[in-house]
Amino acid sequence: MNLDDALQTFIIEGRELLQHMEDALLQSEQGADDPDIINAIFRAAHTIKGSAGLFGLDYVVAFTHVAESVLDKVRSGELAMEENLVALLLEVCDHLGVLLGHVAAGEEPTDDTSRMSQVLVGRLNVYLSGETEPPIPASVPVQHDQPYETMGGGAVETDNWHLSLRFGKDVLRNGMDPVSFIRYLATLGHIVKIITLTEAIPRMADMDAETCYLGFEISFNSNADKATIEGAFEFVREDSLIRILPPHSKVTEYLALIKDMPEEEMKLGEILVKCGTLTPAELDSTLRAQARADEHPPRPIGEVLVEQNMVRPTVVEAALNKQKQVKESKNNESSLIRVDAEKLDQLINLVGELIIAGAGANLIAQRTGLSDLLEATSTMSRLVEEVRDSALNLRMVQIGATFNRFQRVVRDVSRELGKDIRLVISGEDTELDKTVVEKIGDPLTHLVRNSMDHGIESADVRIARGKPAQGTLRLNAYHDSGSIVIEVADDGGGLNRDKILAKAIERELVKPDQPLTDKEIYNLIFEAGFSTADAVSNLSGRGVGMDVVRRNIQALRGTVDIESEPGKGATMRIRLPLTLAIIDGFLVGVGKAAYVVPLDMVVECIELSQKDREAAQANDRRYLNLRGEVLPYLRLRDLFEVEGQPGRRENIVVVQYAGHKAGLVVDDLMGEFQTVIKPLGKVFSSIKGIGGFTIMGSGEVALVLDVPRLMQQANGQEQGVLAA
Amino acid sequence: MPIKVETNGEHCRVAVEGEMTIFSAQELKEALLSPLTDNDDVEVDLSAVSEIDSAGLQIMLLLKLEALVLNKMLRFTVHSAAVREIIDLCDLGAFFGDPVIIQSQTA
Repeated sequence: MNLDDALQTFIIEGRELLQHMEDALLQSEQGADDPDIINAIFRAAHTIKGSAGLFGLDYVVAFTHVAESVLDKVRSGELAMEENLVALLLEVCDHLGVLLGHVAAGEEPTDDTSRMSQVLVGRLNVYLSGETEPPIPASVPVQHDQPYETMGGGAVETDNWHLSLRFGKDVLRNGMDPVSFIRYLATLGHIVKIITLTEAIPRMADMDAETCYLGFEISFNSNADKATIEGAFEFVREDSLIRILPPHSKVTEYLALIKDMPEEEMKLGEILVKCGTLTPAELDSTLRAQARADEHPPRPIGEVLVEQNMVRPTVVEAALNKQKQVKESKNNESSLIRVDAEKLDQLINLVGELIIAGAGANLIAQRTGLSDLLEATSTMSRLVEEVRDSALNLRMVQIGATFNRFQRVVRDVSRELGKDIRLVISGEDTELDKTVVEKIGDPLTHLVRNSMDHGIESADVRIARGKPAQGTLRLNAYHDSGSIVIEVADDGGGLNRDKILAKAIERELVKPDQPLTDKEIYNLIFEAGFSTADAVSNLSGRGVGMDVVRRNIQALRGTVDIESEPGKGATMRIRLPLTLAIIDGFLVGVGKAAYVVPLDMVVECIELSQKDREAAQANDRRYLNLRGEVLPYLRLRDLFEVEGQPGRRENIVVVQYAGHKAGLVVDDLMGEFQTVIKPLGKVFSSIKGIGGFTIMGSGEVALVLDVPRLMQQANGQEQGVLAA
Repeated sequence: MPIKVETNGEHCRVAVEGEMTIFSAQELKEALLSPLTDNDDVEVDLSAVSEIDSAGLQIMLLLKLEALVLNKMLRFTVHSAAVREIIDLCDLGAFFGDPVIIQSQTA
């Protein structure tokens, strides 16, 4: 197994887990008291700790371990998830992100990071101390404070834990390093005394370098609970002899320890004294108890164990059930598969080729006129269409995940600004392509921050205006004619038209007496360096934001729009194309050339009447009356300078985008046509009006029209101002 | 994990370089067997040891114990930082009895 790949997976999954953790923490902060949420938080930390351990990332393990201990207490009801704890855990979550960052960069944590780790661990430990009863673990012997029947003797004095470790002989071969366990133990407390046992090491000739002969007796001072300390040795528990005795354990327990360990009794007793765990007097009484026990006939182990309450059958069963439950719920979560994005793209490419090949087969079938063949190819086309839809759906993700991340952003920013703002999300299950989702995050964040900083007023201003003190920020998403629309709306003060206009005039972006609609004035804020903010805050007001936002959205072939009502609020509307690769198109012909119009945008097709043609030639008028509506149009023949003369009849394809309509004048209408858009090479990228090309069933090339750009041109012509 | 052996009359000096871990433990043990059996006074120079784990520590313990049984002199010298750390952690400074700068008990 390539460790690098595994490490990459660990980092990706770790980040996902941290995201879950954060979401769950925010949910519980907002009052949700669901035990499932607490479990989710605990599991996230637990999984990260376990996986980090596999890679030997000690600093991650040690840090996460403390967090996990605190979460365990919350889970068992010992601690309440109150405000300060949630805030601390959110910080812990962030810090884990930093630690993962170090792992990803392949570097050791910086001094700052280590210091932060210690600070957070310190704060977490406050929650851990003051705990007495450790939770009952499943398969490790339990010490109970109940009087034993036969053995007498009181508790020993020592305040420390005593650990007897005899590592199994295969431990080294299994890839474990005993000393690293001890190193880890040291992070949980303070090793008061450690004695390394070398008695098991044979003569050199008989010694196998890969067999482990090491044992340790450790006196250990710690506030951690038994489960935590035992947990440190989880990976070697099966092969090794690990006995852990809490502080003030009974003398009889030490007796049992001495009996279990392979060394000769007297020798071990001395070691325990050397460790400081037993005083000589205590050792004495232990051995006396031993002698007493020897007088009685040996009793079956089972009885002894039950009597000493080492293991409770009901406890074991309950623990097993719980393990099963955790496993099941884990399985539910993992009904997803991680897929390499490249492989997915490859699949979509192949489906595209399949569609073209299918179209070719269809044409040939039609030419032969054989009815069975026609039926077969028609069935194939239908299936291919379904495969296409499925393949494209694989790339689609719900925008809900992105929207939910903003809960944290809104929470943090509203604290920073000292405003009370809540986030309302709708349309979470609107789906869009994965790459778009990734790239829309930054622009959205900026718009959200803008709304919070500039849009929503402070509580007093709002109350003075008769609004509720709490501001509302709305994130909404929906589909509309082949596009996905994302809205960022606030109920703040709206855009200040006059201020914007004044600033624009000051920056000489517009002339003082230029006639501008309100919408055009609002759109001025997208110009570079523009800002009417009086104060430059940490977040915004520097004037570098909005133009970058618009550019990023345009890079996704989208548009952004502003709607505002003074005193009521503003809405930023982002419009993005839905599908990228395979589309339903409408084929049109101009002269010998063929063009494809995205079917989503086609409204209707009408004939260009003779009257209108004459009017166009006479007055150079490029619009007509569509049932009372003004429809600007473009002649593709003129636009693309197609050779030859137009035929007797010309048709208009009416297209719409973002609420505007335009007409495209073509010669022939050739019907619906499913196709794969292939991108144009760099040579052609500056051509306006063409968004790609495709190969038709006949093998000829058809150009795909970039309708939004064409519409801008058509509308621009009408107003006499050429849009960019 | 190269090992250099230099013999100077009764005194043998072995220098271990690189890692003393599970990966090289067997090799290390075999390489060190003859210097110990052939000489009465062996010095093992650990200055170039970059990494050491339990297996490596075990080898060190093995050598020391074997030397005691065979009544030979074995010393570890110029412990590198990694070696010092592991000896500190397991509190084996006294066991080896070699002159080492020992940090105060690990916390």
